[in-house]
Amino acid sequence: MPKHQLEPKNWVQRYSDYLYNYTVARVNDSEMAKDLVSETFLSALKSMANFKGEASERTWLISILKRKIIDYYRKINSTKGKAEVRINYNDDSDGDWLEERVSDPFDTTAEDSLTNSELGDAIMHCLEKLPEKQAKVFKMKTILGYETDVICNELNITASNLWVIIHRARNAMAKCLEKNWL
Amino acid sequence: MGLFNINCDKASHICDKSQYNEASLLDVLMLKTHLLFCKVCRYHSRKNCLLTKRLKSTDIHILDDTSKAKMEKKLQTELSKQQQ
Repeated sequence: MPKHQLEPKNWVQRYSDYLYNYTVARVNDSEMAKDLVSETFLSALKSMANFKGEASERTWLISILKRKIIDYYRKINSTKGKAEVRINYNDDSDGDWLEERVSDPFDTTAEDSLTNSELGDAIMHCLEKLPEKQAKVFKMKTILGYETDVICNELNITASNLWVIIHRARNAMAKCLEKNWL
Repeated sequence: MGLFNINCDKASHICDKSQYNEASLLDVLMLKTHLLFCKVCRYHSRKNCLLTKRLKSTDIHILDDTSKAKMEKKLQTELSKQQQ
């Protein structure tokens, strides 16, 4: 008896945000990311028979997505020479090369962006644990940055209702991040 | 001082609002005075600000409802094809 089962009906609702965030952090192109996530769901559907039930639904979807992302990079790199880096600091170039080479303290290093994408994964993980309604309101307010009255109109709730939901969501998020992040 | 005598519920409400820059100047003043006296709210307020900072420091991307609906539709059509 497999431990985990697949419920394709709930995939978009449950995992699309997580998968999308994962993809955008890696391909840096929001339209492409949407396509990749969408493709992932479709190929997951096709290979449902191969799902053994050992991993959770999400882990399984992520593993398919990872392959999709690798394929994507293979495709854009197949034209030779695209990854070539050109440095043209020769004598006749204009521009102050010395100034350009001074280290920039505001430049983000690979490590910074790695930490950030890990924090991003932790946040997404915590968002998934919120009750559906709290997650929806919190995402709209905090991540999509909608105005209070826009959200109230769309979800048909009062402002004070919204703040109560936000308050609960924030508390849960803070607690969850404390446990999973630092 | 009556005006500044707010309870912790009110303080945490203002604290939440100020995370989205929606608290008025008077609100913030009341909150700050409350924080002078109340250790619990000071702690909570610090945590709340930290959460905001963390959320801002990462680029979280989520899908808007229209793209989600599109994906849902695609998936549903494939699903119904498969079931036939």
